Amino acid sequence: MGELKLRKGNEAIAEAAIRFGCDGYFGYPITPQSEILETLMVRKPWETTGMVVLQAESEVAAINMIYGGASCGKRVMTTSSSPGISLMLEGVSYLAGAELPCLIVNVVRGGPGLGTIQPSQADYFQATKGGGHGDYQLIVLAPASVQEMHDFVGLGFDLAFKYRIPSLILTDGVIGQMMEKVIVADQEPRWTDEQIQEISGEWATTGKTKDREQNIATSLILEAEEMEKHNHKLQAKYREIEKNDVRYEEFETEDAEYLMVAYGSSARICQKSVEIAREKGIKLGLLRPITVWPFPTIRLAELANQVKGMLSVEMSAGQMVYDVKLAINGKIPVEHFGRVGGMVPSPGEVFEAFEKLILGGK
Amino acid sequence: MSLLEIKNIINKENLVYSKTKVVTDNVMHYCPGCSHGVVHKIIAEVIDEMDIQDKTIGISPVGCSVLAYNYLDIDWQQAAHGRAPALATAAKRLMPNHYVFTYQGDGDLASIGTAEIMHACNRGENITVIFINNAIYGMTGGQMAPTTLLGMRTSTSPEGRSVDLHGYPLKITELIAQLPGAAYVTRQSVHTPATVRKAKKAIRKGFENQDKKIGISFIEIVSTCPSGWKISPVESNKWMEEHMFKLYPPGDIKDSEKADEDPYKK
Ligand SMILES: Cc1ncc(C[n+]2csc(CCOP(=O)(O)OP(=O)(O)O)c2C)c(N)n1
Repeated sequence: MGELKLRKGNEAIAEAAIRFGCDGYFGYPITPQSEILETLMVRKPWETTGMVVLQAESEVAAINMIYGGASCGKRVMTTSSSPGISLMLEGVSYLAGAELPCLIVNVVRGGPGLGTIQPSQADYFQATKGGGHGDYQLIVLAPASVQEMHDFVGLGFDLAFKYRIPSLILTDGVIGQMMEKVIVADQEPRWTDEQIQEISGEWATTGKTKDREQNIATSLILEAEEMEKHNHKLQAKYREIEKNDVRYEEFETEDAEYLMVAYGSSARICQKSVEIAREKGIKLGLLRPITVWPFPTIRLAELANQVKGMLSVEMSAGQMVYDVKLAINGKIPVEHFGRVGGMVPSPGEVFEAFEKLILGGK
Repeated sequence: MSLLEIKNIINKENLVYSKTKVVTDNVMHYCPGCSHGVVHKIIAEVIDEMDIQDKTIGISPVGCSVLAYNYLDIDWQQAAHGRAPALATAAKRLMPNHYVFTYQGDGDLASIGTAEIMHACNRGENITVIFINNAIYGMTGGQMAPTTLLGMRTSTSPEGRSVDLHGYPLKITELIAQLPGAAYVTRQSVHTPATVRKAKKAIRKGFENQDKKIGISFIEIVSTCPSGWKISPVESNKWMEEHMFKLYPPGDIKDSEKADEDPYKK
């Protein structure tokens, strides 16, 4: 099953889109993720699976194409990098409000502003707190390998349709650009019209037949009482996701006396930092959130009973550290270490920060 | 005994007009004299006559017609302000055998959504665009639109639109006619029975063009907004003829199938 390939993270996403039966990709070029659209244009999946690929005139258009395609019950996706995602956020809020499933990928680069094309994790707040206007959440998956870039395309679509919610893959220029081994899934067929009726017939705009009421994809509810009810419904769904679909990975935590918390490429770096610590006889472990929303709050609270201190490591000025602190609720010291503006820390640098910020206090 | 007794008038065989079933029974929220309701009705009739209710997807804008889905009994997508052509692009490409149309006001289409309409037209998407040009922002309370005439008073041009302060009214339909992807570009109105019939024919042609896959059909309807213009419905019709038609003259602007005037198309 599957084929072993050597691929860039971005190429793996493009390939996975085709393999997991995506119906439509709509995107606009921006570094460091342009390979996704480029790969699709070379692969020409419209000739094989029938997948539609279109270079939109802007990210604003792209996300609204996603709204149009998602409304039809199709499996549609877009990808961009930080400035482009900022442009999309009105549309993302509409998608969340109208409860439309889709997949969005943010290959994060350093900001603010036009910033730099170098990797960063500074869009964590934007991704995990909704991003656009209104009370809403996205399911946010944080891949730490090229394999996960590939796998999370399938998982992202599955979760999006399970809950009728946009899924976001939050990755960065490191994972997007690096090449690794990846086992590429076998080709899955795209959904047939009949399958779409079965899965999404209750809400998808596939044409009003005599045997059913109109289907309307909308986020507009003018009466405040009704809009409050809709909000409660969304919140109930988010609580359900928090209950069922938290994902994380632990590394050397069994006997850990200290913990690093890191996602995506930072987690790959921290894995090495943990090895350095273990060589020195320091019992350091790592928790890697795979879903940064929903966040592994409960597991971190448990670990707070076991370890003496936690270091949140991110390529940002300290964003995820707030979620770690909320989970720990003051029980043990929690510190942040990060490089910003496109700088990637080395494992040694992270270990030194751990020594200074967590061990130094002892 | 009269030839047609009251009790017989309502008999089926004596019916001279009935509301198409594609129009719902919901009470419209539009103001008296507004063109939206008439345009809704003729779109519904076209859908009914072409028997494509189960294959039509409407994309409603942000503007007074945001709730168009309450009145036309088809599947709808409600777009963000200005983005209807992007939604329509995806819907049509993913469901090429469906009929997809956008319904947009002048603020929606010619201001915030200028990029989306230009590019959808330029790509020659096989969709139909219904463009309601009432020269004002109706929904938000009568602000200046890109199509507001020079000298016209609105809540954001209280002394009348001036070139110095606000620039010129935008003849976006003429711009769109320049694009090779635009197959059929026409300007209509719905203020008299005769113009309603003509507008309906144009809309029907716009929908039929989707079968021919010849590019976008763009139908501007020069429209009235008595509430925004702050004059009566009757005066609005007169004012529209006297002032709007000067800058926005009704008639076909481009019909590619007939004239094939696109230099790049061959
Ligand atoms: C992003 C965004 N900006 C502004 C608005 C506010 N807004 C709602 S309707 C509208 C103007 C609509 O005017 P037009 O398109 O001419 O349609 P009409 O109401 O006249 O039919 C505006 C500015 C909005 N909803 N969203």
